[in-house]
Amino acid sequence: MTFLRQSLTMAAKDLRAELRTKEAINASVAFALVILLLFSFAFDPTAEQTREMSGGLLWIVFAFAGALILNRSFARELPNDCLDALVASPVSGAALFFGKCLANAILLLAVEFISLPVFGVFYNVWWTQRFWPLMHVLVLATWRLTVIGTMFRALTVNLRLREMMLPVLVYPMVIPALMAAMQLTTVLMAGEAIGADNLIWLRLLAGFDIIFTALGLVLVETVLVG
Amino acid sequence: MRQKVMITLCGLAAALLARNLYVILLRLPDEAAQGAIYRIIFFHLPSWFTSFTAYVLAGVASILYLVKKDTRYDAFAVSVTEIGTVFTGMGLVTGMIWARVIWGIWWTWDPRLTWAFICWLVYAGYLMLRRATEDPTARARNSAVLSIFAFTTVIITYKAIDWWRTQHPGAVLSFRTGGGKIDPAMEAMIYWNWLALMLLAAVLVMVRMKQEHVQGEIEALRRHAHAL
Repeated sequence: MTFLRQSLTMAAKDLRAELRTKEAINASVAFALVILLLFSFAFDPTAEQTREMSGGLLWIVFAFAGALILNRSFARELPNDCLDALVASPVSGAALFFGKCLANAILLLAVEFISLPVFGVFYNVWWTQRFWPLMHVLVLATWRLTVIGTMFRALTVNLRLREMMLPVLVYPMVIPALMAAMQLTTVLMAGEAIGADNLIWLRLLAGFDIIFTALGLVLVETVLVG
Repeated sequence: MRQKVMITLCGLAAALLARNLYVILLRLPDEAAQGAIYRIIFFHLPSWFTSFTAYVLAGVASILYLVKKDTRYDAFAVSVTEIGTVFTGMGLVTGMIWARVIWGIWWTWDPRLTWAFICWLVYAGYLMLRRATEDPTARARNSAVLSIFAFTTVIITYKAIDWWRTQHPGAVLSFRTGGGKIDPAMEAMIYWNWLALMLLAAVLVMVRMKQEHVQGEIEALRRHAHAL
């Protein structure tokens, strides 16, 4: 119980700090809209073609926009040595990590909920056909992006070259989640159910969410404290 | 002593490779469907086995480092990972050459190939993270954590041919299929060549560990000089 309460306190702190400054979420939403706009220059598809590509397009937007949110997650703690204070506080590293993941996931989901209707309107795609299954996929894949992203930000927080290292480390690790999410989102956007041949993607998504969360919770203390 | 072991292993690897090449090129017949090009399997599969073995060892060494905080485990982890990445590259390249002849294309975005490529990218990231971290303790700790995360991609790459029906052929070796998919003489040759590549990898790992050791000494001397 203590763990959950501490995590929620940490998440609430991060969300409050973000909602007061809005530095990450504003940038992230604006960036998402810019990429959505750029896609219209990159190709000029029919509605049918867009539907076929929708999963890929959306998750590229979410992955890049998410990077902006995740970048702030630990960078926010660097001025005034806040991170040292957090590590020294009686909150465990795992609770700190879990709380940050929760806050990042909520922020990224917010960006996704803003981007989806915009995508639907701009590209004439009726995205609500399979609303609840799509929500499941969104939550599972977003959770993976945030768990990996938060963990690797914790890993690189003290590096001089962290802005350069992060994309190199994070994107290959999240490609599996993105592949699964793209595949499933495309199917759901087309109004089809997740069939037997796509079930493996859903299983992978859920299974590795659990594995990565467990690994993160176990290892984050070592990364932050040493 | 170490030098002698290295030279002996190197000699053994060379002799075994020469013997294997003789059998592969002159003794074994062409395969019924693919002709002569199938012989690349004797390097393609052993490269992957060697790289996967290296990643398993790197994962174990990383866990041991985190538990015991002994830098020797870290030196071992980075050495095997580096050699593993080289063999992954070899696996990818031999696969691409084979694909060009049999499928007519160098690359296809088939799950097995994609996962193998992701695996290589992730471990390349591990090596880059090490370069970017200056503090030796932080470097060892962070890369150990990354290595554990990275190992998940190895598992998926290994299982990809079972999980997806793909263009890449399924398992052929008897320990995965129960036998009957490949001629026993050819299968035995794959294991022999794996042994040769493993010996070669062992020598390379030893050279690399020696370098790590020397580098550690240089860093210690440099710190000492700064302190003075």
